[in-house]
Amino acid sequence: MSVTHPFERLKPDRLHDESVGKGSRTPRSRRRRRMMELLLAFGLLLPSLVIFGVFVFYPLIRQIYLSFFLTPPFPGEPNHYVGLSQIQQVLSSHDFLNSLWVTLLFVLYTVPAGLILGLLLAVLAHQQLAGIRFFRTVFSSTVATSVAVASVIFFTLLNPQVGLFSYLFGTQGQLSVLDDPRWALLAVSVVTVWQNLGLSFIIMSAGLQAVPDDLLEASRIDGARAWARMRHVILPMLSPTLFFAIVVGTILSLEAFGQIDILTAGGPLQHTNVLVYAIYDQVFNEDNDGRAAVMTVALFLITLVFTLFQIWLLERRVTYER
Amino acid sequence: MAQVALKEVTKRFGDVEAVRDVSLEVEDQEFLVLLGPSGCGKSTVLRLIAGLDTPTEGIIEIGDRVVNDIEPQERDVAMVFQSYALYPQMTARRNIEFPLKNRGTPKDERERRVHEVADALELTEVLDRRPAQMSGGQRQRVALARAIVRRPEAFLMDEPLSNLDAKLRTQTRTELIELQRRLETTVIYVTHDQVEGMTMGHRVAVMDRGVLQQVARPTEIYDHPANLFVAGFIGNPPMNTITGSPHSQNGDLVIDTVGGSIPLTPAQQDAVRRSGVTTVVAGVRPEHVVLDPDGPIDATVAVVEALGYEYHVVCRLDDGQQVIIRLPAEAVVPREGEDVHLGADPIRLHLFDAATGHGLAQ
Repeated sequence: MSVTHPFERLKPDRLHDESVGKGSRTPRSRRRRRMMELLLAFGLLLPSLVIFGVFVFYPLIRQIYLSFFLTPPFPGEPNHYVGLSQIQQVLSSHDFLNSLWVTLLFVLYTVPAGLILGLLLAVLAHQQLAGIRFFRTVFSSTVATSVAVASVIFFTLLNPQVGLFSYLFGTQGQLSVLDDPRWALLAVSVVTVWQNLGLSFIIMSAGLQAVPDDLLEASRIDGARAWARMRHVILPMLSPTLFFAIVVGTILSLEAFGQIDILTAGGPLQHTNVLVYAIYDQVFNEDNDGRAAVMTVALFLITLVFTLFQIWLLERRVTYER
Repeated sequence: MAQVALKEVTKRFGDVEAVRDVSLEVEDQEFLVLLGPSGCGKSTVLRLIAGLDTPTEGIIEIGDRVVNDIEPQERDVAMVFQSYALYPQMTARRNIEFPLKNRGTPKDERERRVHEVADALELTEVLDRRPAQMSGGQRQRVALARAIVRRPEAFLMDEPLSNLDAKLRTQTRTELIELQRRLETTVIYVTHDQVEGMTMGHRVAVMDRGVLQQVARPTEIYDHPANLFVAGFIGNPPMNTITGSPHSQNGDLVIDTVGGSIPLTPAQQDAVRRSGVTTVVAGVRPEHVVLDPDGPIDATVAVVEALGYEYHVVCRLDDGQQVIIRLPAEAVVPREGEDVHLGADPIRLHLFDAATGHGLAQ
């Protein structure tokens, strides 16, 4: 009588089958299996696809479609197809070029300043000093304020009659900086930097926490003073964070709307009329969906190009190694 | 090259006393090993010397200057970290050159010295690689090169070999010893590995719970441990200890234990009498225990471990106390479960006060 080893019985017969591996299943059953897997994948993706489709893909395609149609000057008349002529006309218009210029200036004023101030505060708050927790809370507190709140605070501070700033600078009763074409964009930028500072501070702080202590200690022993430590240790270790902050910060600035709507409504004399505000103006004040659509697509492409350019320019300088 | 001295140094972190009243002098060109279990304060001592922490009390001197208030960058010591702490975005060359750059060394001088060091440590081929592209051993040597290139007053090393695999560790250990002899420099080396402690240091400083236990040459530490902690920490397998009480037998003092009475030499008897200690721990190294039919201690063999080159015979006394015997590979080994009699040359006996752990002067 032959006795089977207990484990022998557990072995599937297939293991002894020479044909296992290649050709044990027919090509047809394999194709079927892959179909099932594909279906499952789509099924799992479906909820997010629906949401993206409704709120992102459809509006995007609709905007591109709309940009080929001229909105008639009188309500009620049908839109009619004009091909590329509207796109050409809008993109070469003085208003669009002005908005583009203002938007670029706005990015230039807000992104580097926000980044550097956030980093500076984060470095300060990273010191082991008494009461530093209090300052960390203060520095990050603007995260908890909305654009509207920030705008109202500064609107009051800058008010020519009762504003604290007007009082401090001795400009009471004079033209508000928000109404002064020379200063309006800068003033809006300052509000924006202030409002984004909390987020910038938190991102930079998180980045700093991730710089290994022994690297900083090694650099001190290697004779590096504060600036050399910053340049050769902290900034390289922070480079992924900085990269992220630059890209996201630029996108946020390109999309700024609330503070401009509340503080200047695009004025004075179009000096703060950034693209998003101009688009809003076309849709809700001018009822010109066609022009708005052209500008929207333009803004989308500008944002895309900006981001790709930044990735191309910056990412090779980023150290992800630890 | 200089001597380093700690005078009554204490370091507290809040309520925790990491280092207590440590006084230690490291001679010029000495290789001193700070040895102890993790959390014993040895790394803190190193960090205090480096200037990464400041002492709560006491004075630290490097060369002939007090460095308590001097920043690490001004102390002219180099440190090799356990993690190597290489700058990840820099190539090996730039890592090694970094300390020179910070001191404003001219470019040609920098290049010359980097090449010199890279040559000595066989790093020339990896100079243009970044840390992530190097092996563990190469990284370790780059960290070493970065320390050497400056020609500092003293080297501080914090477990520099612990991230290497066993084989490379043994090899690098030897290389480090050779390097230290060649550079004729002061090295303070922190480790929890007693083999590194015994083989590398001119002297070994054993620490436990923030307190310096004994500073002596490795053989001295092994042959004459100052207290129970050092006796138990150094040696593998560790020293056997049996607790008993002194008892007078026909005018001679012996130690009464569960297994039997241990005879003492006249000098040991004097020492025990003078100390007036009532409970004594008798210690003897495993290689000094012998199987002797006339031996004073009765025990039972619990486990026999064959290591190939030798045997470890684990015996138990009636109350469970353990005695390990080391026997050469060619010895006749008792069977497990066998009752045996154990003995030792009384000269090989170490006596400690059971209450304090202090060695009884002999």
